[in-house]
Amino acid sequence: MSNKTLIVIGNGMVGHHFLEQFAASPAADDYNVIVFGEEKQLAYDRVHLSEYFSGSTHADLAMGTADWYTENNIDLHLHEQVAGIDREARTVTTAKGNYQYDELVLATGSYPFVPPIDGKDNDNCFVYRTLDDLDAIRACAAGAKTGVVVGGGLLGLEAANALKSLGLDAHVVEFAPRLMPVQLDEDGGAVLRNKIEELGVQVHNEKATTGIVDGEDCRLRMNFSDDDFLETDLIVFSAGIRPQDALARLCELDIGERGGIVVDNQCTTSDPHIHAIGECALWNKQIFGLVAPGYTMARTLSAVLNGDGEAAFTGADMSTKLKLLGVDVGSIGDAHANTPGARNIRFNDEKAGHYRRMVVSEDGKKVLGAILVGDNSHYDTLLQYALNGIDLPENPESLILPESQGGAPTLGPDALPDTAQICSCHNVSKGDICCSIDAGATDLGAVKGETKASSGCGGCAALLKNVVDSELEKRGVEVSKDICEHFPYSRQDLFNIVKVNGIRTFRTLIEQHGSGHGCDICKPAVGSILATCWNEHILATDHVPLQDTNDTFMANMQKNGTYSIVPRVPGGEITPDKLIVLGEVAKEYNLYTKITGGQRVDLFGATLSELPEIWEKLIAAGFETGHAYGKSLRTVKSCVGNTWCRYGVQDSTGMAIFLEDRYKGLRAPHKVKMGVSGCTRECAEAQSKDIGVIATENGWNLYVCGNGGMRPRHADLFATDLDDEQLIKTIDRVLMFYVRTADRLQRTSVWMENMEGGLDYLKEVVLENSLGIGEELEQHMADLVGTYQCEWKTAVEDPEKRKRFREFVNAPEKKDPVQVWTTERDQRRPLLETDAEPA
Amino acid sequence: MRTTSQWDIVCTVDDLVPESGIAVWTPEGPVAIFYIPHRLPALFAISHTDPFSGANVLARGITGDLKGEPVVASPLYKQHFNLVTGQCLEDDSVKVRTYRVLLDGKAVRLEVSKAKTLVEAA
Ligand code: SRM
Ligand SMILES: Cc1cc2nc3c(=O)[nH]c(=O)nc-3n(C[C@H](O)[C@H](O)[C@H](O)COP(=O)(O)OP(=O)(O)OC[C@H]3O[C@@H](n4cnc5c(N)ncnc54)[C@H](O)[C@@H]3O)c2cc1C
Ligand code: SF4
Ligand code: FES
Repeated sequence: MSNKTLIVIGNGMVGHHFLEQFAASPAADDYNVIVFGEEKQLAYDRVHLSEYFSGSTHADLAMGTADWYTENNIDLHLHEQVAGIDREARTVTTAKGNYQYDELVLATGSYPFVPPIDGKDNDNCFVYRTLDDLDAIRACAAGAKTGVVVGGGLLGLEAANALKSLGLDAHVVEFAPRLMPVQLDEDGGAVLRNKIEELGVQVHNEKATTGIVDGEDCRLRMNFSDDDFLETDLIVFSAGIRPQDALARLCELDIGERGGIVVDNQCTTSDPHIHAIGECALWNKQIFGLVAPGYTMARTLSAVLNGDGEAAFTGADMSTKLKLLGVDVGSIGDAHANTPGARNIRFNDEKAGHYRRMVVSEDGKKVLGAILVGDNSHYDTLLQYALNGIDLPENPESLILPESQGGAPTLGPDALPDTAQICSCHNVSKGDICCSIDAGATDLGAVKGETKASSGCGGCAALLKNVVDSELEKRGVEVSKDICEHFPYSRQDLFNIVKVNGIRTFRTLIEQHGSGHGCDICKPAVGSILATCWNEHILATDHVPLQDTNDTFMANMQKNGTYSIVPRVPGGEITPDKLIVLGEVAKEYNLYTKITGGQRVDLFGATLSELPEIWEKLIAAGFETGHAYGKSLRTVKSCVGNTWCRYGVQDSTGMAIFLEDRYKGLRAPHKVKMGVSGCTRECAEAQSKDIGVIATENGWNLYVCGNGGMRPRHADLFATDLDDEQLIKTIDRVLMFYVRTADRLQRTSVWMENMEGGLDYLKEVVLENSLGIGEELEQHMADLVGTYQCEWKTAVEDPEKRKRFREFVNAPEKKDPVQVWTTERDQRRPLLETDAEPA
Repeated sequence: MRTTSQWDIVCTVDDLVPESGIAVWTPEGPVAIFYIPHRLPALFAISHTDPFSGANVLARGITGDLKGEPVVASPLYKQHFNLVTGQCLEDDSVKVRTYRVLLDGKAVRLEVSKAKTLVEAA
């Protein structure tokens, strides 16, 4: 029976986590729970706030659902700020009324600090904390050109990235002489600054803003103390956070000197019935501006309210691992070597932009702290050494050296003690993971579900997987890297089986190495492997049933069952005569015509049976298939280059056409895109492609593993000043290595990110031939290039293959009745459900 | 209770594609016929209309089996349909119509209701 009332003020990350813990505990039966949240939205994942700019909605970020609150009898009041607390009467007051409590939890988080600068209240000035803030920034960014972030800390850099993603020229103004002064040292800050400026964000260090006034070229002008100024259209303040302790001050709870609600180990304030957790709480003179310590406080308080006399919050590790503007940054423990006697070991590769500093104890036996910039692959290992006090190996520097220079391989999961914390967000130790496995969890998903590990910031995902795999293997459980239920193998295993055994059909493969009949996961994957190994026509009888519909019919299916047609236009170069043919064909078949984002033309709305006829005409005019349907080379985007452009230094169009002709038809785990620019102005956007080539005075710079799309990634510089022959050779090797080793549906960007050793390793394999397979990769590519055929040409010439393109095999004249059309902007398009509304 | 039905010839064996589907037009609308040579029976027929998009495309999906049951994956949004029962595996409340189909020499016969004939409906 619930007879007491628990009120929680603040529906943020920690408040919500507390409710989850509390609702599942026995004490939940004794209390009515009321929650007040000042924001309009239900608690959401603030850590991933910036994803709101890349397409996530509140629903994606939400931590729970309104239904969850209802099911757990929690009375949720959103958009209702608590204005006061009466400790004597034990009530809280909002604009809507007074509410009685027995126990009160403050989870009010913190607010962004805005320095007292004249003009800071201008309409074009913002902070970066809530969804509402982001909405306001987005609205203001429309029509703006430049954006400045005041503050070069962790959040400031994240905000700068957000401004960049909104299309603004982004600047960071930092008072301190380096970026991220709290986490990094001077060298680390400098490396980070270089990397970030390379990405097009300008950094202004040692600038103190004295005033914000109307600008001349932009909306605003920021004046600095050194008489310098900077013009900008909008400003985001990210100069630190302050604990939101306003309510606590009003009702005279103990407050720290520099703010924060003082709590003891039980997360209880100076009033025994009032508790505080999360960023508003001050424990041992410390505020914790990270979510993991807040979650630990939430768990502690829930246990305390359940009468657990031993529950105590005893501090938290503030190590952080981040990707800021795509640059890895890590900071562990005593990063600034404040411990007496501490010694430093540094590794600095200026060319690659990798900086690592390890702080070790006086006796050289333990890791006390570390700073990493540019490459976080050593983070997990160093953190585990630091947190668990593991004894260092004899030559500790091997921990931060690249493997090629005698570095040690990363610390295996076996070396970790049971107490090692794997997930700090949910306080899950290696021991907890072992327990859940012993209690019956047999795969990663089950362990995640059981322990919640890796469902917070996600930073521990890789380590968690290693630990789970190793523990399962120890218990004799085979760790499933299986592609699906039909094959007990990964894509890479299947590739090797096919290659080594000379298997040429899916049926042979599944009979000898799998079970059942296959499915829509393994069939296309095997289809792609067979194509890489033997390059037979995809519509050969044995291969037809393996392909996704787009591959089967060599066109992309649209929502109403019709198809689009994308002929290849290598490098985007097309003669007027060919353009006319496209126009004539489109006109004849009434096809909707659009220029694609890949420098070619897409013709939409062809029915299945029209496809071969249309292709017959296109082929006669010299077109080839564009593989817009295939997991294969799409386009090589080009710029005009030195043929026309006054800045061009090489023939970028010629190179793009050459590359497109060379790699067209190559089947891969996912699609592959390339770009070639004629100079550093980069009009072809090559750095967003899987393979990017940029002309230099002396040849070509090669970039690899870029990605646009859902999760954009800048390509990495791979080799410089290559001549034509070296360029082709290098691309051959990179691509073939990708085709052979990537997982299904893995773009080059993800492939590289998951590759142990990353870019350095890929360079070793390709440029230094460390595996000795360089020539073999080139030879394999040469074989594929030599056996290319235009799939459409072969298909239209073969009556058997053409039979596949009958919509209804028994009624050739029958028109599909669901394909209904209307006209918009002078072209035909499908009638949509929404069109049914009266105009 | 079954309505009176008849077994219309809708195509021949040569029209079928092993391990895959083709579509035929019937008095009851478009029907997808799948030919899985290594199963018994080897022929399956379900509605050609994808219930999630309304488009007539199911015959163009990839066939296979999940947990031993024969299925086709819709080519548009990839839901799986059991070829025997028509049940959608991802959504309990969705089921596509199934038809009886058999091989008569080289002819493929499909059971359709007697009310209309192929000629009238076409
Ligand atoms: C037609 C086009 C849009 C347009 O009107 O311009 C297009 C259309 C489609 N894109 Fe795209 N993409 C088109 C350029 C792009 C670009 C821009 C580019 O290539 O420069 C990108 C971002 C660059 C990149 O890929 O890195 C792009 C990123 C995607 C993605 C996300 C990939 C990713 O890694 O995140 C998908 C989904 C996927 O592949 O899984 C996708 C998938 C699709 C599909 C195939 C979705 C589908 O399954 O129906 C669309 C159907 C095409 C059709 O019916 O013909 N499309 N798509 C563009 C065709 C270019 C061409 O000539 O081939
Ligand atoms: C852009 C960004 C990126 C971040 N990245 C990371 C990261 O990578 N890793 C990490 O560990 N942390 C990160 N953080 C910090 C993390 O989000 C916070 O540590 C966490 O949200 C703290 O949770 P909280 O519940 O204490 O506070 P909050 O999530 O701020 O919740 C407090 C809530 O209380 C409400 N409230 C305040 N006063 C009242 C009142 N009087 N009445 C009613 N409601 C009130 C507020 O409106 C707010 O909704 C990031 C933060 C931001 C903004
Ligand atoms: S990238 Fe260079 S050469 Fe190419 S169009 Fe732009 S400025 Fe000209
Ligand atoms: S450490 Fe954040 S989810 Fe595990």
